[in-house]
Amino acid sequence: MPVKIGIPRALLYYNYFPLWNGFFKALGIEVKVSSRTTKAVLDKGVKQAVDDACLPVKLFFGHVIDLRDSGVDFLFIPRMVSVERKAYICPKFLGLPDMVRHNIPDLPQIIDVTVNMSRNEKNLFKALAGAGKQLGKSGFAIRKAFKRGIEEQERFHRLNRLGFLPHESIEQMENGLLDQNFPPNLSREMTIALVGHGYNIYDQYISMNLIEKLRQMGVNVVTPDNLVDDLIEERSGELPKRMFWTLGKRMIGSAFHFMRSDHIDGIIHVASFGCGPDSFTGEIIERHLRRKRRVPLLNLTIDEHTGEAGVITRLEAFVDMIQWRRAAQ
Amino acid sequence: MKVTFPHMGHMYICLKAMLRYLDIDIVVPPKSSKRTLTIGTQHSPEFACLPLKLNLGNFIEAHEKGADTILMAGGVGPCRFGYYAQIQREILKDLGYEMNMVVLEPPERHISELLVRIKKVTGNKPWTDVVKAIRFAWYKARAVDELEQRAHKLRPREKEPGRVDELFKQALEWIDEAEDREQLNENLKRMRREFARIPADYTRKPVRIGLVGEIYVMLEPFANLEIERHLGRMGVEVERSIYLSEWINDHLFMGLLKVKGSKEARNSAPPYINHFVGGHGQETIGSTVRFAREKYDGVIQVQPFTCMPEIVAESILPTVSRDFGIPTFCLIVDEHSGDAGVLTRLEAFVDLLARKKDKTGEVKGEVECVDI
Repeated sequence: MPVKIGIPRALLYYNYFPLWNGFFKALGIEVKVSSRTTKAVLDKGVKQAVDDACLPVKLFFGHVIDLRDSGVDFLFIPRMVSVERKAYICPKFLGLPDMVRHNIPDLPQIIDVTVNMSRNEKNLFKALAGAGKQLGKSGFAIRKAFKRGIEEQERFHRLNRLGFLPHESIEQMENGLLDQNFPPNLSREMTIALVGHGYNIYDQYISMNLIEKLRQMGVNVVTPDNLVDDLIEERSGELPKRMFWTLGKRMIGSAFHFMRSDHIDGIIHVASFGCGPDSFTGEIIERHLRRKRRVPLLNLTIDEHTGEAGVITRLEAFVDMIQWRRAAQ
Repeated sequence: MKVTFPHMGHMYICLKAMLRYLDIDIVVPPKSSKRTLTIGTQHSPEFACLPLKLNLGNFIEAHEKGADTILMAGGVGPCRFGYYAQIQREILKDLGYEMNMVVLEPPERHISELLVRIKKVTGNKPWTDVVKAIRFAWYKARAVDELEQRAHKLRPREKEPGRVDELFKQALEWIDEAEDREQLNENLKRMRREFARIPADYTRKPVRIGLVGEIYVMLEPFANLEIERHLGRMGVEVERSIYLSEWINDHLFMGLLKVKGSKEARNSAPPYINHFVGGHGQETIGSTVRFAREKYDGVIQVQPFTCMPEIVAESILPTVSRDFGIPTFCLIVDEHSGDAGVLTRLEAFVDLLARKKDKTGEVKGEVECVDI
């Protein structure tokens, strides 16, 4: 029986799953992803996490517990310090394996390799090689598997650039769709940019199915993940000081792009309650948008108590407002 | 040019000394108060941490008094502090305040980068003067640290409650007033003399609590609701994990000076936190371990609401507490903190520690100063 490794369907799952999946599969390891978020999964996480942790971290705890109960041999919780030069993710990601280890009892072995590309980009290979070694694989197999993982990741990025959202891309890839070159249906009459952390907007339970709701209202949804990195890097370079959070920088760069684009009718900024970087990126986006007065902005804050009805009302109001605005022009 | 700077506890004494020494026109912002906080909160992002709100309030209040240039520290993350200046600049810009910001980013490679930034404020003053000014500020930082340590020791032992607080205020002024090294030493001697004259019961063995957490709320009495003074009055000896001079050395001098720094604390953090998590998260855990080893009776962690590194530390603190058998308590402050509620909780925690200590028969002498 192959060894089973568990990957929580939370946090950076929406950014790096194809890489991890491709790597472990090529090593002949069975990859088990935790089940989709439900109230039960979230509640379990909330119970184990410290009160002040943010919603995504609590949810991550829930998914870890889900995997523990489903009986995996290993848990893959890399310590994602940095994924590019001189930028971090968030302090909570730096301490994530420690937080999990000290708050959830009876865990299987955790593979917590450190990914720190802030000084050297080759560190990604080093980290994954470390994970492969812990699973008893040879250097040659690891090198091959790493190549495979990178290929998968690039395919994933290509699908995202076409206009698929990351959770859809992952699904498409699971279904065996490898090299698609036509974009998904984006023929609705209005386009709204959803700016927020991937783990907040793509998780259907946490975001209260925000994306589908917008689509049903006749709105195309685009996110920072649909943009190429160079563009984001260039736009975020307008800030007087380079932002040192990778995810925050992506949000700012894409918001700066969207606010000038003629195809974008509105921007929705999604933040989780008490998120440190979001409090700053949200503020910068809001102030810059307000100075330009071109694109309307809706600020949504989500936490474990958010009621669905309130969110629907605000979305409807926002979409209505955009329509009136158009009619008036 | 009228230079101002944010408050962080008694740091204004050092900055004032440094800038005055260089004949730079300065405006010391009014001490952080309810008004500072209200103004700051009004214009800050809702989920920003408390220090940002207070500092913004400081700047606006300093602007009212005529300041036009802000001198402050920066950082390279992942703690939000490194981006404070950028956010505050945006806010001040929208408010219509024309203020120039000089941000002292920690040097990436060499300390000369820092000196270049300092030069923006100091203008054409010769380097020797600048170095002398920084050195003088450093001595003042050390003096403030000594004063605080003495107060921590004496407060739970004084026989007439309030004497230490009175002298503390007085001595701060003495340190602040000193215009050169000689005067500073003179005033320090005077301070030591005065401390020795306060009647105290040196045989008493009070409950000892270690204070750990986020640096700003630890150093700023207004932000931490004067937790040190309150604990002292409850008959508790307080020791803090980090002092002003250590912060200056670690943060601005890149740890060049060989004084006790945060390195030691960080080294005690594994296996609880195995990696740097930004801010002082790792130091919080490491210092807790250190306090436990030194047989302190309890540890209090203070942090501003939504502080990311401290949340990591907070979620790991219970394990440390269990492993070492040391009670811990977490105090989170924001603009809504009221001291009555906090005092009740502190009293309960101190009672618990005292009772625990009583059982082991270590408490000697009556607590004479519990009323606040």
